[in-house]
Amino acid sequence: MEKDFSQLDTILQAYQAKPGILIPLLQEVQNLLGYLSKDAMRYIAEKMHIPVADIYGVATFYSMFKLKPQGRHIIRVCKGTACHVSDADGIKDALRTALRLQKDEDTTMDMKFTLVEVACLGCCSLAPVIMIDDTTFGKLTPEAIPKILERFAFGEEK
Amino acid sequence: MSKITVKVGLASCGIAAGAMEVFEFLKQHQQQNGADFSLTRTACIGMCFEEPIVELSGGDLGRISLGKVEPDQILDYIEDYSQGRRPEANIILTEKRDGSRDNLLGEQTRIVLRNCGVIDPKSIDDYEAHGGYTALKKAMAMSAEEVVGMVKASGLRGRGGAGFPTGLKWSFAAQAKGAKKYVICNADEGDPGAFMDRSTLEGDPHNVIEGMIIGAYAMGADEGYIYCRAEYPMAIKHLRLAIADAQRKGYLGRKILGTNFYFTLHIKEGAGAFVCGEETALMQSIEGKRGMPVIRPPFPAESGLWGCPTNINNVETWANISWIINHGADEFRKIGTEKSPGTKVFALAGKIAGSGLIEVPMGISLRDIIYKVGGGMKTERPFKAVQMGGPSGGCIPASLLDTTVDYDSINATGAIMGSGGMVVMDSSTCMVDVARFFLNFTQNESCGKCTFCRIGTRRMLEILTRITEGQGTMEDIDKLQDLATNIIKGSLCGLGQTAPNPVLTTLRYFKDEYLAHIQEKRCPAGVCTLLLKYEIIPESCIGCTACARVCPTNCISGKVKQAHVIDQDLCIHCGACYKACKFNAIRKG
Repeated sequence: MEKDFSQLDTILQAYQAKPGILIPLLQEVQNLLGYLSKDAMRYIAEKMHIPVADIYGVATFYSMFKLKPQGRHIIRVCKGTACHVSDADGIKDALRTALRLQKDEDTTMDMKFTLVEVACLGCCSLAPVIMIDDTTFGKLTPEAIPKILERFAFGEEK
Repeated sequence: MSKITVKVGLASCGIAAGAMEVFEFLKQHQQQNGADFSLTRTACIGMCFEEPIVELSGGDLGRISLGKVEPDQILDYIEDYSQGRRPEANIILTEKRDGSRDNLLGEQTRIVLRNCGVIDPKSIDDYEAHGGYTALKKAMAMSAEEVVGMVKASGLRGRGGAGFPTGLKWSFAAQAKGAKKYVICNADEGDPGAFMDRSTLEGDPHNVIEGMIIGAYAMGADEGYIYCRAEYPMAIKHLRLAIADAQRKGYLGRKILGTNFYFTLHIKEGAGAFVCGEETALMQSIEGKRGMPVIRPPFPAESGLWGCPTNINNVETWANISWIINHGADEFRKIGTEKSPGTKVFALAGKIAGSGLIEVPMGISLRDIIYKVGGGMKTERPFKAVQMGGPSGGCIPASLLDTTVDYDSINATGAIMGSGGMVVMDSSTCMVDVARFFLNFTQNESCGKCTFCRIGTRRMLEILTRITEGQGTMEDIDKLQDLATNIIKGSLCGLGQTAPNPVLTTLRYFKDEYLAHIQEKRCPAGVCTLLLKYEIIPESCIGCTACARVCPTNCISGKVKQAHVIDQDLCIHCGACYKACKFNAIRKG
């Protein structure tokens, strides 16, 4: 083990010897570390006596678990049906342009933003919709994107 | 004069539209200038297209709801209202039902949503004041068998989509032998384009909880789970509070209502996997494993969560229970049709004027839902199709708009009732693209257990992508049909068994669009980028050079103040010129 993960011990302690805990446990670890690195998963496996394959299996199955470091703000682009027919792709392109993301990148160089696509945010009447951290923005146009991003880029909103 | 009450709708949809600003403004005003009105909150009344919504009550005019309220107008409205004058605002509902748009709610029958947008979802007292937990008392005065019998007699069918009779399902779990039993509420609302469960849980969490306690009593369960999507933070927050309050009041926990009945309830947050809406996958997920479906039988009623008898119902199903107990099975059967009694909640979205949440009696026609309840189309463009049932459902064309809404009639069209998502599409929607959109979704969300679902959906997606890019052949249509049949046959769970539906229904009703893409290399709706051709109309072009400046491939040439030309060989169909042109001088087609 290269890195020191002893900060996880309190979380792991609380879940010790309980059934069905893997998902909430990984959620809590991810909240603390920002993402689940392979080393972190190995550490959990060893401490909790769960095969590392099981942990990796769960971490890769659910879209909530991130295996790479994430930006400070998470931008969720809704790709639900209502948003899709209301040009969600145009919104996504505008975001990618504004964030200067290249090809397969989803996180900006300065680690400020990570862009993810989600199935549906459940605000279909406001389509197209994006969610930045916990704030939802609806009835968007590609032109409105740069201004919204500015509010976050300069630290106005946490 | 009595004090005016100002109620602000603060569900996720309201907040996204700016309702929190209105609420905060009023709160601040109250703190600074003293309170001449009382300020409360509620959730979503369903008219999401009018958000933010503020309801005024307590004055001579009775209850009155205002839509699209801005913070700087609201004080004037309150002033007018308190003087007995009708505010010059966008009035969407009045108690006297004399507003012209009143029929938006008038066509509806509200059982599940009866408290949504009416009560404060964070207050158990408010729920009790509206008849909350009386059904639980009534049910517990009956025997468990009587409660199951009543639900059976009501004819309620599972609202998650499949429509299995709820009472029958309950009787299986009730008869199952086991010292420990579970009840589960499926709130993993994964269909893109559906938000019924979110609104119900945000707006009236106690109603769902009360239904579950009654179910637990009837089936002899002592523990329950609500499996809710993590994408719904407000629903989870309201549920947590509601569970704590219900415990405090003795509706949950030990010695419920002073009896020996014991029931605890937990919330399990989903981690983002569509397949977990399938009941066996959902239970795997609660157990902390990958959410992969398992073979049935044994059915959950026999061997479910951790091997114990388990009953799973959808949010909306649970939300019907308290009403049925309170009003009786016969009253419930008076609503809806013989085989599909009761109401159904739908989430209207897409190209419809009145997008939002509605609850209508079963047996209403699709036409009435779209044109009467939903207020018709959003723009001048004509109706083309309505998508029901999300990725498991299908597109119903205009010619079938008189289909009535009940499980059997909807199934006959090739779509399914589904959980209640209804996305309306107009002529600007490409049906091949819609089919591709859903296949992309199911292909992503397939858990990978069954080969046909895992690989078959991938092949279907590739074919559909090929068609939207103008590379399709006539053989592809046969291949799609063939794959669809085999995926349905070769898949274990509902995800795979229904995944081909969007393709099958669009092929059945909109084959001409597939043919246009394949034979004419043309997208009639103008959606599929690679099939679009951009041309400059010389008569309209003034030579402003705006298009040439934005073109990423420099394929537009022409001198200043002279008509420009697009080099079709170099054009990558990005549409940048079309957006940049201010003189409508570029033709897209």
